[in-house]
Amino acid sequence: MNIHEFLSPPVETARRTGPHDRIVMSSRVRLARNLRGFAFPGWAKKNERVKALEVIRPAVESLPELNGAYSETMDNLGPLDKQILVERHLISREHAAKSTGSGLVLNKEESLCVMINEEDHLRMQALRPGLQLRQAWMAMDQIDSELERKLDYAFSSELGYLTACPTNLGTGIRVSAMLHLPGLVLAEQITQIISSVNKLGLAVRGLYGEGTEALGNVFQVSNQMTLGEVEADIVERLNKVLLQIIEHEDNARNVLLEKKPKIVYNHVGRAYGILANAHSITSKETMNLLSLMRLGVDLGEFPPTERALIDELFVITQPAHLQKQFTGKLTAEERDLLRADMLRERLRLVSRPNPKAAESGPALDKRN
Amino acid sequence: MLCMLCKQNPAKVHLTQIVEDKMQKVDLCEECARQKGVNDPASFSLADLLLGLGASQEIAQTASGVEIRCPACGFTQADFKKAGRLGCAECYATFAEGLEGLLKSMHKGIRHVGKVPVALRQGRDLNERLKHLQKKLDKAVIAEDFEQAASLRDEIKLARNQLESMPAK
Repeated sequence: MNIHEFLSPPVETARRTGPHDRIVMSSRVRLARNLRGFAFPGWAKKNERVKALEVIRPAVESLPELNGAYSETMDNLGPLDKQILVERHLISREHAAKSTGSGLVLNKEESLCVMINEEDHLRMQALRPGLQLRQAWMAMDQIDSELERKLDYAFSSELGYLTACPTNLGTGIRVSAMLHLPGLVLAEQITQIISSVNKLGLAVRGLYGEGTEALGNVFQVSNQMTLGEVEADIVERLNKVLLQIIEHEDNARNVLLEKKPKIVYNHVGRAYGILANAHSITSKETMNLLSLMRLGVDLGEFPPTERALIDELFVITQPAHLQKQFTGKLTAEERDLLRADMLRERLRLVSRPNPKAAESGPALDKRN
Repeated sequence: MLCMLCKQNPAKVHLTQIVEDKMQKVDLCEECARQKGVNDPASFSLADLLLGLGASQEIAQTASGVEIRCPACGFTQADFKKAGRLGCAECYATFAEGLEGLLKSMHKGIRHVGKVPVALRQGRDLNERLKHLQKKLDKAVIAEDFEQAASLRDEIKLARNQLESMPAK
C-alpha cells in the first residue's frame, strides 16, 4: 500500500479533537534510543545502518500497538511522499532527507510514529490532538518498555540512554506542544511570553517560521534538558507552563476584544476577504490568514463548524499536499494560482464574518 | 556586524534566547543560518547551536596535542567538532572527561535519574539485596549465630544464581 492510501485524508484529521484544542493544536512526546554495539546513524557506514535497520524494523513491527502499521524504508519513498509526511508533522525534515538504511513505521491512527536511523537509531513519537502530554507520555513509555525486551538499548546507569547528540542524553525525551497564539501576537505580548518560557529552560520554536517568526501564529514549546530530571517531572513542568500560556492567550483575546475590537474584526475580515477572493496566493500568506480566520471562529465570528474546514485548509494548501492533487510538476507560481482557486472554491459557502455574533460572547476555553 | 560562525559575511539572522538567567545571542549570515538549520525550526535550538560551539572547544581542550580516538568506532574530537554529534555509545566513555563540563552547562544534572530498562533495574535490585544479605551474614558470624548464618548463605547463593542467569547487559 502506498503512503497516500494509508494516510487519513486531511478532512478527517482536521476533525480530531482534544482538550484545549482551540489553542493547543497537538501534543507530542518523543523518545530517542540507540542500540548497543552499533555506531550512531550519522557516523555509521551504509551497510551498518542497513544492518541496524534490519534488527530494529521487525522488532517495531511486532509491537501490538503497531499492528497493521505502515512500514517502509526511506529509499522507497519519493520526495513528494516525504514532504507530505513532513507537512503532516509525522516525520522530521532531517528524516525526510534520509534514504537507504533508514525507515519509518506509522500506525493507522497516526498517533504513533517510529523513525528508524534518523539522528538516533530510534526516534519514536506519540502524538495526540489538543493538550494531552500525560497521555502521550504514557503511550510512549509503554511502547518503549515493550521494545526494550526485544532490543539491546545503549544505556549507562550514570548517563541514562545514550544518544548521538549530548543534548538528548539521559531520558532522551522531548515533550512538545503546538500552540496557536494569534491573540498574543496581535497584542504584541508574544516576545515577552517567549522570553519567560525560555527562562524556564524551555524552547520556543516557530512551526515553519524563519528565525523567530512563526508562520500562522503557531509556536512549538518543548523541554530542552533531558538529563538529571525524571520524565514525569519534565512532562508536568511543561504541562503547567502550557496551561499558563493558554490563560495568557485567552486574556490577550479578551482584552483585545474589549479595548480594540475594530482591530481584531479588521484582521479577521480582511483575512476572509483575501482568502475567499484571491486569484494567486503563497502558502505563507495562506497560513497567516487562515490563522486569523481560525481566531474568528474562536471568537464566534464564524460558526464553530467551520473550524474543521480551516484546519483542513491549513494542511491541504501546503506545497506538497497541493502538488499531490495535480499530475505534472507545478512551479511555485502555478501552485499559487491553484491554491487560490482551491481556497475560493472551499470558502464559497462560508458566510462573511459576523462581529455581532462575537460580541454576544466569544466561546471561551472552558474545557480541561 | 559579521557572522559569528564564518566571520566573513554580514550577520542577518539575530537570535536571542534566555536560559537560566543567562542571555545567549547569536548573529549569523544567511548561509550559516541555513547550514545550522536556523530556518528549520523543528531541528534548531539556539542552545544546541551555542552549546555545540562550546562543546567543540571543550573537547578540543582535553586533546592537549594527543588525539583521542574512540576504540569502538574510531570517532575523534575533530569529528565531534565538525558534526556536534558523537560516533557511538562508547564515545561517552572515551570522551567522558571533555563532555562533563558540556553536560553540566546543558542539563539539569549530570546523572540520569529517569527511566531504567527493567532488566537493568532488576539487576541493580539484586545487587543491593546481595550487599544487604552479606552484611547480615557478617553480623551473624560475629554473633556466632551459625544457624542464621547458614540460612543467609543459602539466600546469598540463590541471589547470586539469579544475577548470573540474567541476560548480560
